[in-house]
Amino acid sequence: MNKTTAILSLSLAVVGLGGAMPTFAIDSLRGAAIEAMSTPPAKRKVDVVEGGIERTFEQQPPLIPHKIENYRLNLRQNGCMRCHSKAAAEKENTKPPSANHFVDRDGKELAKLSSRRYFCTQCHMVQIKGEPLVENSFQGLK
Amino acid sequence: MPEDKPKKGKRTVTVLLTGIVLGIVLWSGFNAGMEATNTETFCSTSCHEMEVNVYQEYMDTNHYVNRTGVRATCPDCHVPQEGIPKFVRKLQASREVYHHLLGTIDTPEKFDAERMELARHVWRAMKETDSRECRNCHESLSMDYDKQEPRSAERHEQAEAEGLTCIDCHKGIAHRLPAEYDPEQDIPGESIYYDEANTSL
Repeated sequence: MNKTTAILSLSLAVVGLGGAMPTFAIDSLRGAAIEAMSTPPAKRKVDVVEGGIERTFEQQPPLIPHKIENYRLNLRQNGCMRCHSKAAAEKENTKPPSANHFVDRDGKELAKLSSRRYFCTQCHMVQIKGEPLVENSFQGLK
Repeated sequence: MPEDKPKKGKRTVTVLLTGIVLGIVLWSGFNAGMEATNTETFCSTSCHEMEVNVYQEYMDTNHYVNRTGVRATCPDCHVPQEGIPKFVRKLQASREVYHHLLGTIDTPEKFDAERMELARHVWRAMKETDSRECRNCHESLSMDYDKQEPRSAERHEQAEAEGLTCIDCHKGIAHRLPAEYDPEQDIPGESIYYDEANTSL
C-alpha cells in the first residue's frame, strides 16, 4: 500500500465513522430547543384576596394578598410600613408585624422594626393566579 | 384756541392706541413666558437641580410611565391651573430662581439635605388647598369605588368621611421621601408634618 492509498482509505474510514455516529436528541425541560430562546411565561395578574390568604402551614410567613408594585422598599423607606406599622395598623385595618419582628439577634427588644426583618419581601410574597407546574399534594399541619 | 382742539384729540388717540398695542404685546409676552416655563421640558432641562434629582426619581413612577400612557407632567401637580393661584405660584418661583443662582440644591447631596423642608412645603400647600392639583385629574365624584380593589374602596370612603385629602396618604408617589420621614409620625389625620411651627424636622 503506498502513501496515497493509505491516506485515502483512512479519510474514508473517518468519514464513514462520523456518519454512523448516533445523534442525541436533547430533551429540554424548558420546552424549547437548546439554541432557541425560551418562550416567556404567560403574564399573570397579582392575586387580590380580600381578608388575606390563609396560611398553608404553621409558622408560614403570611402571603401578601394585594399588589405591591408601587411601594418602595429600600434603605431609605419602607412602603409597607405606611399601613402595616404598629401605629397605623388599626386605622388602616391591616395586620402589624408580630412581636418577633421587634427583637434583635441577641433577643433585645426594639421600638423599631429589627433590621433583620426590615425587608418584608424576603419572607412575604405576592401571589399570582397560576396553575401549579407540578402536581402537589402537600397538606400542612393545622 | 380753535386750532388746538383737533391736535388734542389726535394726541389722545395716539396715547390710547400705543397703550392698547403695548398692552397686547406685554400681556401676550408675559403669557407666553408663563406658558413656556410651564412645561415638562422647561423643568427637566433648564436647571440642573430638577434634572439630576426630582426628574430622575419621577421617571421611575406611575405618573411618568403606566399602563394607559396618560401622564401627569411637572406643572400638572406643581402649578395651579386657575389664573390667580397660578400667577401667585409663578411669583413664588422667583425664590427658586434666586436659589438656583446661589446653587443651594444643585447636587443630589445638597438636595437630600434640604429634602425634608422642600417636601414639607409641598405637603403643606397640598393640604391647604385640599389637594387641588391632584383633583384636576383625580375627581373623587368620578371615582367608581366598585372598580377599585376592596381595600382601596374601603379606605377612600373612610377617608372622605374623615375629611382627609389625597396628600394625607399619598406622599412620595412621584418623588423619593426624605430619609428622615417616618410613616409612624404621619398617620392620616395625626400627621406632624404639616405643622409649620414644628421646625425640628
